[in-house]
Amino acid sequence: MARHLINAMVNGDRVEFVCGTGQTLLDVLRGELHLTGTKNGCGTGDCGACTVVLNGRPINACLVLGAEVDGSEIETIEGMAQGGELHPLQQKFLDHAALQCGICTPGILKMAQAYLETNPDPTETEVRFALAGNLCRCTGYDKIVRAVLDAAAEMRASET
Amino acid sequence: MNEIKTPRGGSNYQWVGKNTPRPDGVDKVTGRARYGDDMIVPGMLHGKILRSPHAHAKILSIDTSKAEALDGVKAVVTSADIPDHPMAQPPYPPIVNDFHDISRNVMAREKVLYDGHAVAAVAAISEEIARDAIKLIKVEYKVLQHILDPREAAQPDAVVLHEDLFTYGVEPKPTKPSNIFRVMHGERGDLNAGFAEADLVIEREFSSQPVHQGYIEPMACIATTSEDGAVELWTSTQGHFVQRTLLSKLLNMEMAKIRVTASEIGGGFGGKTTVYAEPLAIRLSQKTGRPVRMTMTRSEVFRATGPTVGSKTRIKVGMKKDGTITAGEAEIWYQAGAFKGSPIGRAVDTFFSPYTVANCKAAAYDVCVNRPKVAAYRAPGATMACYPMESVVNELAKELGLDPVEVRLKNAVKEGDESLMGTKHGRIGLVEVLEAVKEHPHYKAPLGDNEGRGFAVGYWLHGGGLSSAAVNLMDDGTLGVATGNPDIGGSRSSMRAMAAEELGVNVELLKPIIADTGSLGFSYLTAGSRTTYATGMAVVNATREVIDKLRALAAKKWDIPVEDVRWDAGQAIATDNYKDIKPLSLKELAGMATSMGGPVAGHSEINASGQGATFCAQLVDVEIDPDTGFTSTKRHTVFQDAGRAISPDYVEGQMQGGAVQGIGWALNEEYIYDDEARLQNTGFLDYRMPVASDVPMIDTVIIEVPNPNHPYGVRGVGEPPLVSAPAAVANAVENAIGQTMSDLPLSPPKILAALHAQAAGDD
Repeated sequence: MARHLINAMVNGDRVEFVCGTGQTLLDVLRGELHLTGTKNGCGTGDCGACTVVLNGRPINACLVLGAEVDGSEIETIEGMAQGGELHPLQQKFLDHAALQCGICTPGILKMAQAYLETNPDPTETEVRFALAGNLCRCTGYDKIVRAVLDAAAEMRASET
Repeated sequence: MNEIKTPRGGSNYQWVGKNTPRPDGVDKVTGRARYGDDMIVPGMLHGKILRSPHAHAKILSIDTSKAEALDGVKAVVTSADIPDHPMAQPPYPPIVNDFHDISRNVMAREKVLYDGHAVAAVAAISEEIARDAIKLIKVEYKVLQHILDPREAAQPDAVVLHEDLFTYGVEPKPTKPSNIFRVMHGERGDLNAGFAEADLVIEREFSSQPVHQGYIEPMACIATTSEDGAVELWTSTQGHFVQRTLLSKLLNMEMAKIRVTASEIGGGFGGKTTVYAEPLAIRLSQKTGRPVRMTMTRSEVFRATGPTVGSKTRIKVGMKKDGTITAGEAEIWYQAGAFKGSPIGRAVDTFFSPYTVANCKAAAYDVCVNRPKVAAYRAPGATMACYPMESVVNELAKELGLDPVEVRLKNAVKEGDESLMGTKHGRIGLVEVLEAVKEHPHYKAPLGDNEGRGFAVGYWLHGGGLSSAAVNLMDDGTLGVATGNPDIGGSRSSMRAMAAEELGVNVELLKPIIADTGSLGFSYLTAGSRTTYATGMAVVNATREVIDKLRALAAKKWDIPVEDVRWDAGQAIATDNYKDIKPLSLKELAGMATSMGGPVAGHSEINASGQGATFCAQLVDVEIDPDTGFTSTKRHTVFQDAGRAISPDYVEGQMQGGAVQGIGWALNEEYIYDDEARLQNTGFLDYRMPVASDVPMIDTVIIEVPNPNHPYGVRGVGEPPLVSAPAAVANAVENAIGQTMSDLPLSPPKILAALHAQAAGDD
C-alpha cells in the first residue's frame, strides 16, 4: 500500500505523520499519534464515538482518510480542556452525572461543542437532534441533554 | 432534582445519599481514561480472527500455510492450539460453565455452529497484514441444515447441533440426542382449582427476538506472556477474576501465573462476562513471545458475542372480578444459542413472582440453535418472561374494567411471601413502589389522540456473592479503596461514599481503584446488580478494620484500653472518663502510624448473602402514527425501590439507561437472519438502538425501603429497570391501538399490519 507524508495541526500542534492509503483519520489519531481519547465504536460512521472537529466541522474520524487531512486543523478531546481548566461542557457533564462508562463521552463532547458554536441557544429537541448521531447505551440521554443545555446557558452568560 | 421517597423516614448520613462528582469523571471527559483498545505495548502484534460464513457446517480441513507464509505474519492458531475438555457431567448447578463448550465457542473444533463462529486466528505486525492473512486461510466445510427457532429446535425430529447432548432432568434418560439441554420447573397450589375460581382466563402466545447489549466499546484485550510462563492480560471485562478462573481452566494454566487487569470498560450490560478473544490472544502471544492485541470490529461483536436470548412463550392467567389473580401457567422456550446455558431459572422465577398467585406453574426450556451463544443482558432471563405476564395482566384488568395499578396492589407480594423458585422475601418495597405510581401526576395525566399509556412492574432478585476489598491508609491521612469489581455504573462513587461515611471524613480524601487479580482476593463479576450490595459490604468491613486499628493506635498513644476509645466524625475520641484527652484526627493518627507499629490497612473477603428482591414499575406514554405505524415515546417515568440510593444521580442514571434500553428492545432491536442463517444487521445502522432524538426525558422516582441485611440498606439497582421497560412500552402500544401485540419488537411494519387488520375487521 502506498504511504503518504501528511502535515496537519492537531490541537494546535503541528504534526507530521506517514499513513497508508487505507488508513482512516481515526487509525492515525489512535495508532500513529497515540491520541486514544477519540474512540472507535463501530468504524462505519454509525455511533459517533470518534467525533472530532476537522476544519471547524464535527466529523466521524472513521469516515475520513488520514491522507485527506494534509494541511487541515483537527481538534480532539485531548485539546478540549485548556490550561488545566475544563471546558464548560466537560464540567457540566460531571455536574449532571451525564456519563457512566464514558466511552461515548469524548465524541459527544466534541459534537456538542461544535454544535453550540452554530446554535448557542438550542431547545431540548434541537440538542437531541444534534446528538442523534452519537450513541450512548448507558445514560438514556436524559442527563446528557440537560448537561448540554446547562453548559449552553453558562457559555451564553459568560459571553455577555 | 432527585425525587426520593423514603417511607421509613430520612437518614442523617453525610455522604451516603449525596451526589458527589464521580472519581473517574475527569479522566472520562478529557479522553484520558484507558479502555481495552487504548493500551499500547512496545513490540505489540495485532490479532485477527477468521470467522465462519456458515451457520452450521462440519469443518473438513483448515489450511493455514499460505497465511503463515505471508510476510509479517508471526503466528496462526486454530482449535488444535486450544486444549479440549470433557463435557461437564450431571448433576448440573444452575449455571453451568462447561469447558467442553467454552473451548469450542472461542474456537470451533469439529463444527461451526453459527455465522461468525471463530475458526482460526492470526497475529501479525500490523492490523492490515493480519486482515490480509486471515483471507489466505483455506477452510473446507460441509454445510449442514441449520435451525434458528427454539420451538422448532425443541421438536423430536429437529436437526441436532450436538450429537452428545441429551436432555437433562428427564426420566427415563433419553437415548436420542436433543437440542433441549434441560427444562426447569416451578409449581405451587392446584392449577385446575385456580383456573376454575377465575372469572376470566386469558391464554396467549408471545415471542421476543435476541437483542444485543450494544455496549459502545467493542471487545478488546492485550495479552503479554513471558518465557517463564507468566501471562499478563489487559482486557475490557465485567470480571477480571472470573476471566482468570476461566482462562486457567481452559488453557490448563496455574491461576497465579495469569494476572488480569481490567481496563476502563466501555459498557458491558452482561455481555462482557465471559472470554472470547482472550484465550486466542494468550495463545498467539505464547507462540510469538510478543504482546498481542485483539480488538473486535462492531460486526464481530454482533455476530460472535452473545446477545440475550430470543424466546417463545405460552401463558395462561386467570383473574377474579375483584382483580385477584387465581392461577397462572407459563411455558417458555429460550434460545441458548450454539451452546447450552440460557437463564431459564430466572424465567421460571420471573413470571408470577411480583404476585401472590396461589396456584401457578412455570416451565422453561433451554434450547440450542444456530446462533451465537447467549450472554447475560441486564436482568438475564427476566425481561422475556415479564413481558408476556404483564401483557396478559394488562389485558385482564382492561377486560374486567379494573385499574392496572390497583390490580397489582391487590396481588402484590409482601414480606414473608415466596417466589416461585423458593426465595422467601424479607422486607420488600413493591407496595411502596405501586403507591408512588398512584401518587405521581403522570398516572392521571390526560392522553392525546393516538396515544396510549402502558404500565408494568418487574421483579428482580439481585445478586450477592464473593467480593473482596482493601482500604489502605496513607501517611498523610488520605486513603486508597481497592475493589475487584470493574465499575460499569458508578460503583467507585458508591464505594467511596460508604467508606467515607464509616470514617466520617470527606470523600475527597479517598481514592477508589479497581485492583488487578494479583492484588486482591477473588471478586465475582460486576453483574447481577450485586456490586454496591456485596462489594459495598466488603468495603464497609475493610473500613471498619481500619477504624479498629486506628482506635487501637490512639489507645496505645494514650495508654488506655482500646474499649475506651470510640470513633466518631473522623477522629478517635476517649470516653468521658478521660476528660483531659483531646481527640486525635484521622490525619494525626495516619502521621504517627508507621512509627508506632506499622502501616494501617483493612481488608475483607466475603460471600455476601441476605440480598433481596427489587421491584421496578414504569409508566410509559406512546403515540402511534397511524400512517406509518411508527411509535414515539412521549413520556416515561420509572419507579424503583433502591433500598438506599448511595449515589442518587447514578441510581437515576441506571433507571434512565435501563428504561431506554427497554424502549429499544420493545420497538426496534432484533437480530435479523437471511435464509442461510447469516446475520444481516451487523452494524449500528441496521441494528437500530435508541438515539437521543428517539426518546424523551426519563423521569425517575427512587423509593427507599432499606434492605436490613446491608449496612446502608442497599438493593441492587442496575437490572430492575430493564425487567419491566419493554412490557410497559408494549402495554402502551397495545392501549394506544386497542390490540394485543405479541411479538417484540413492535416495529412499524408490525403495528401497521395490526392497524390494517383492525380496519379490515371494522369494515
